[in-house]
Amino acid sequence: MRDVATVRRDFPVLSGTANGKPLVYLDNAATSQKPRQVIEALTRFYTDENANIHRGVYELSQRATLAYEGARAKVQRFLNAADPHEIVFVRGATEAINLVATTMARSRLRPGDEVIVSAMEHHSNLVPWQIACELTGARLRVIPMSDAGELDVEAYEALLNDRTRLVAVAHVSNSLGTINPVRTIARMAHEVGVPVLVDGAQAAPHLLIDVQDLGADFYAISGHKMFGPTGIGVLYGRAELLDALPPYQGGGEMIRSVTFEKTTYAPLPAKFEAGTPHIAGAIGLGAAVDYIRHLSWEWIAQHEHDLLEHATRTLTAIPGVRLVGTARAKAAVVSFVMDGIHAHDIGTILDQEGIAIRTGHHCTQPVMDRLGLPATARASFAFYNTRDEVDALARGVERVREVFG
Amino acid sequence: MTDLRELYQQVVLDHNRSPRNFRSIPHATRTAEGTNPLCGDQIMLYVVLEGDLIRDVAFTGSGCAISQASASLMTAAVKGKRKEEAEALFRAFHAMVTGGPESEPDTSALGKLAALAGVRQFPARVKCANLAWHTLHEALHGSDHPVTTE
Repeated sequence: MRDVATVRRDFPVLSGTANGKPLVYLDNAATSQKPRQVIEALTRFYTDENANIHRGVYELSQRATLAYEGARAKVQRFLNAADPHEIVFVRGATEAINLVATTMARSRLRPGDEVIVSAMEHHSNLVPWQIACELTGARLRVIPMSDAGELDVEAYEALLNDRTRLVAVAHVSNSLGTINPVRTIARMAHEVGVPVLVDGAQAAPHLLIDVQDLGADFYAISGHKMFGPTGIGVLYGRAELLDALPPYQGGGEMIRSVTFEKTTYAPLPAKFEAGTPHIAGAIGLGAAVDYIRHLSWEWIAQHEHDLLEHATRTLTAIPGVRLVGTARAKAAVVSFVMDGIHAHDIGTILDQEGIAIRTGHHCTQPVMDRLGLPATARASFAFYNTRDEVDALARGVERVREVFG
Repeated sequence: MTDLRELYQQVVLDHNRSPRNFRSIPHATRTAEGTNPLCGDQIMLYVVLEGDLIRDVAFTGSGCAISQASASLMTAAVKGKRKEEAEALFRAFHAMVTGGPESEPDTSALGKLAALAGVRQFPARVKCANLAWHTLHEALHGSDHPVTTE
């Protein structure tokens, strides 16, 4: 069991100020803050172990390789993947999804094929599929959602057919907080032999993830959203499926042998890791994974549930405030709008109180269109946030009402 | 706190709540659309240009209080003005809102537009204030664009 005050001391930024007020950081769905354990892992690597990996015969390179591959093993355990070779390091969830979309477009998608996405996808799990469909003549199908922000599972079942090549769906919605029934979605897809890609960027910081139990064939995460560095992320893919895809980028590291006539490719995961990777980033992500595990998921789940309940109760009690995204299963994300007051004005006024939230369409324009909203204000929590910070948010929202009279 | 009061002063809140010239002009000779892709602010601007005289100007769209009030105040300020006068106002307005927090802007030529001087304290909101003006600039420099009566 942890207490939040102790946890906060690990995050240097959280003791800082913004606009002369103590910083209240509630934009964790955009990016999370970093514990000193992660910051120190980066410093330690560059100070003591920096060398390129997988090629040097010298000791320093071997140490760097061990640290990098050690991080891969940590991520494997974190996601409960069957094999470390199923963990591909990429720049982030966006690149992970682009990797699958691009290689599927080059090898598997044909005119008339179908790819299913959901109505609440982040642009990063929508636009790559639009591009893939445009390139191949495949067709994009969309699982509709309710006003509360829940996917229509019956409509999804009706979309699945013998032309479906992939289902790509968010585990947790970044703009609404909905936790989607990924296990059910995967089971239904597998019944008709269709693989499932899960965008886990918003789930990894909040939920215990077991890709095998979920039935995810691909799972994409971003390091910076789960207390790790920017520029590093992971594509998990079942080995059989990754093996069947062509390479994503060509270059060093991803080859077995090269002649001008014929190049053969390296086995997993090197096949998908062309060029020198973000070695320090991967090691930093490994440190972030260690950090999350030492807190325990039970504590994180309990604490974040408490924050979500408190925020939901406090904000809905303020006249003129309406929550957007009221699914039964939600992560600690609270999107809201206020009568007659645009989200950007809410954001500016809260900023004067030192409160950082996100305002806008949250890279989910189709969600905003579906709900008939130009924008929302979004407070998204992490395990280091406190009930006091929720109260500060509520006071800030009251202040918005005062300013707008 | 005083910065906030200056940003959201009564004139701004009033123009946000009841924007002036908020309508489309079916017989506009120039139109332009302005969007702020990052925040989703959107404005459609209609101008009736006679020679270089702005005979009528109006807008529709949605956005934050700053973008709406700025569009409203702008239409009121440039209606009946010559193109060059409108451009001169834009230059003065632009200088006022982009001067930075420490600046003491000269608002003598700006009339009611000075209500948006508080924007200079909020660099993240400058684009909201400028959206309508950039859109006007585009409309004035575009070609004659008679809207069909279809």
